[in-house]
Amino acid sequence: MSQPMTPQEIVERCLELSKSDGMIVLVDENSSANLRWANNALTTNGVMHARQVTVIATVGAGTGAASGVVARSAVTPDDLEPFVRSAEQAAQDNGAAEDAQPLLDGEAATDWYDEPGRTSATAFQSIAPALGEAFIRGRNEQRVLYGYVEHDVRTTYVGTSTGWRYRHEQPTGNIGITGKTADLASSAWVGQAVRDVADLDINVLDAELTRRLAWSQRAVELPAGHYDTVLPPSAVSDLMVYAYWNMSARDAHDGRTVYSKPGAGTRVGEKIADRPVTLWSDPAVPGLTSTPFALARASSAAQSVFDNGLQLQRTEWISEGTLSALIQTRHSADLTGLPVTPAIENLGLDVGDAGGDIDDLVSGVERGLLLTCLWYIREVDPQTLLLTGLTRDGVYLVENGEVTGAVNNFRFNESPISLLSRFSHASETVHTVGREFGDYFPRTAMPALRVPDFNMSSVSQAS
Amino acid sequence: MPHDLDAAFLSLPMRLLADTALNHARSLGVEHADFRLERIRSQDLTLRDGNLDGSRDGEDVGFCVRVLHEGTWGFAAAVDLTTEEAVRVVDRAVELAKVARDLNPNRVEIAAEPVHSDVTWVSAYEIDPFTVPDAEKIGLLAERSRRVLSQDGVDHVTAQLGQVLENKFYADTAGTVTTQQRVRVQLFFDALAVDAESGRFETMRTLAAPAGRGWEYITGADGVFDWDEALDELGPLLAEKLAAPGVTPGRYDLVIHPSNLWLTIHESIGHATELDRALGYEANYAGTSFATLDQLGTLRYGSPAMQVTGDRTAPYGLSTIGYDDEGVQTQQWDIVRDGVLVGYQLDRAMAQANAEVLGTSRSNGCAFADSPGHVPVQRMANVSLQPADAGPSTEDLISRVEDGIYVVGDKSWSIDMQRYNFQFTGQRFYRIKNGQLAGQLRDVAYQATTTEFWGSLDAVGGPQTYVLGGAFNCGKAQPGQIAPVSHGCPSVLMRDINILNTGQEGGQ
Repeated sequence: MSQPMTPQEIVERCLELSKSDGMIVLVDENSSANLRWANNALTTNGVMHARQVTVIATVGAGTGAASGVVARSAVTPDDLEPFVRSAEQAAQDNGAAEDAQPLLDGEAATDWYDEPGRTSATAFQSIAPALGEAFIRGRNEQRVLYGYVEHDVRTTYVGTSTGWRYRHEQPTGNIGITGKTADLASSAWVGQAVRDVADLDINVLDAELTRRLAWSQRAVELPAGHYDTVLPPSAVSDLMVYAYWNMSARDAHDGRTVYSKPGAGTRVGEKIADRPVTLWSDPAVPGLTSTPFALARASSAAQSVFDNGLQLQRTEWISEGTLSALIQTRHSADLTGLPVTPAIENLGLDVGDAGGDIDDLVSGVERGLLLTCLWYIREVDPQTLLLTGLTRDGVYLVENGEVTGAVNNFRFNESPISLLSRFSHASETVHTVGREFGDYFPRTAMPALRVPDFNMSSVSQAS
Repeated sequence: MPHDLDAAFLSLPMRLLADTALNHARSLGVEHADFRLERIRSQDLTLRDGNLDGSRDGEDVGFCVRVLHEGTWGFAAAVDLTTEEAVRVVDRAVELAKVARDLNPNRVEIAAEPVHSDVTWVSAYEIDPFTVPDAEKIGLLAERSRRVLSQDGVDHVTAQLGQVLENKFYADTAGTVTTQQRVRVQLFFDALAVDAESGRFETMRTLAAPAGRGWEYITGADGVFDWDEALDELGPLLAEKLAAPGVTPGRYDLVIHPSNLWLTIHESIGHATELDRALGYEANYAGTSFATLDQLGTLRYGSPAMQVTGDRTAPYGLSTIGYDDEGVQTQQWDIVRDGVLVGYQLDRAMAQANAEVLGTSRSNGCAFADSPGHVPVQRMANVSLQPADAGPSTEDLISRVEDGIYVVGDKSWSIDMQRYNFQFTGQRFYRIKNGQLAGQLRDVAYQATTTEFWGSLDAVGGPQTYVLGGAFNCGKAQPGQIAPVSHGCPSVLMRDINILNTGQEGGQ
């Protein structure tokens, strides 16, 4: 058995073996650890090391080139030559790529030779005792806890035949805790995304769950209808992430999304929200930093392997209510005649006249609802980006600015694009994590929004 | 003719690593340890308007060890196939079990199972898709795409092909050793029509279900799916849909084709009868279940016409395999009999802990991980609604409806976290008037609660209407895992179901 190679050795050896006109090699080293619990007891756990090596071979030059993409997890020195040849063969078989562009030049990063970041079971040394105490408190106080905490460090190494050598380390911590009353009739949820799980304070999270569960001592049944509703930042995050994932310029140009212009083209430049909202991504924003270069392991409508290495910068997708950019590859930018604005791994929403926090929004509600989070969000109609989904783990009745009880859950049918014109109040933007999509897209900053006529389409009996 | 296990997989040092890991685990005093080494080959091809848009050929190889140490699980996984790493992985798993021990007041025990010494299993397929040249695959998809694109009113077409070859080697400290291989494929074409004047657009997708079959299913050589018919009708169906009137909301009788109903079964029965959900293990993520364990044998799930089985042995099923990831031989069993809940999906620990209520301490083989990097969790069998012997045809079911809707093909889906309230759309909805189809409708969604819906089951079709549907990508657990699963069902007749107009729901 051969000994493992370092990521840098894999990159360099693949490039040495290349007989193609161009080559890009990405090595993703992933180290992660997790704990999962239910019924006040641990259920599963894990520490994992994973690796993915992606070789992209290009044949031909410029916009007439072809690409072949192959990926492997376990590679030894003996594996590399057939691996590289298979990428080259795939490029030959695939024919000229529509998204072909010249490969980008670049320099070697100063941290190129650093080892991959690692995590382990020790990441939980500080919070495991606190979790254990929370379980005991739960058992003593008739509260049942369910949850998951994960620490993940992904280190990506990229080398290209044009000289670029780049290393990016992305740590991500994520926790979600669901609390239920002993009869399981009421529940509450808290979640947080951090770079280091040592920054999590289990006692603070548990106290918030306890506070919310206390709100459910009075149960109120309400029918379906349109309600004055306060959406917390987590719920806003899930809705806006969905809107962002649909921002492929290529798809809009085809005429198949809410961002398509009737007749032809995209709605870029068009006012799509009546409120002064700005939806942005910025790889450098503190607390939400993400890779500052485009990294594509396969081509699709929203990304191109030929664009690996494109520098990313703050991009406003919606500026003061106007659709100002869509997710572009160099290829789709040529098609649409718009600037190249690749996808970025974070998302924020700012509202021009926002103020205060979620409690301030609640205090202004005469009679309405406060949500905890949304779940099972799926697209019903791409034309309007109508989404359906459900409220989950705590819907509260607000009367005269105070939470006065817990309400049944609802199914909603709403479009995030429509909401951006209809909300009446917004809080300051804060870092948050979506309940449903936070696992895939954890770096978001959102305000709470108050929507005077949120469409609760039917009642859900789930508790 | 069954295929041999892939020689390239067999050449991996699985037995050496397993022996090293399991011996080391024994030396550390574990009660149980299991070792898995897997190789998952995958290939995805996407064509837009007949041109290759994205292609990716992947091979995921790795191994993992799960230990039960002082009644607490520990799990670790790695990708470097060396004996040194095998030892380190065991150390990490035991270390994590020790960190976790104080968080686990309930000592885990696993149900005893027969030992299977060095057994093999290979799924039923004719042509391994990875033996077909990429150029041939791309050529077939491009030719079919151009055929769709040439039809009146079709502005764009997308083709997506997915292929997987999965090999698993499993060994445990009790002596079970299994080596398995299975293949699955999926292909669909999605046509788009845009009305330039109004900007309105609609899509129409082919209905071939993903299946545990080989390349012969993609070409149509096995005769299972008629690709020629499906491709030729795509444009006309799409044009009709674009011109169709919006539905008037209200309550209607529905005849639902298996191409739509499989997904409703998946969400409202498949997930609801996972015992880990019923026990709360998914409460922080995918949710729990209204079908709680205390209702086993008494819960009226639906009408007496409802017979549902769990099956990990069904030929060509996506969840079909010989042995699960705890070394348990797979089985078929009843989940709903005459409309009453009678069974769950189990793994070894849950079967042992709930033996008294379940009436058995045996697992039914539903522990599964989606990769060597993930711990096995309780995963879905092929959960299927059985047809009625000598039951009616789809046309017969339609003829029984005075004023209703015929639903074909799946699209949007959503269900709440206890599997009560759901909403589904579809590819095509036809108005039924006086027992006859009367043209397509658009903007249709059906919304119900699970027991209300299945209670309205008036008739199930005969075996001639039965189709095995399914998906490659059922999501569950934290960290997230995806798994393939099939659901077979006949056409059905449901009475008095709530229909929404999605345009009106969106305020249009």
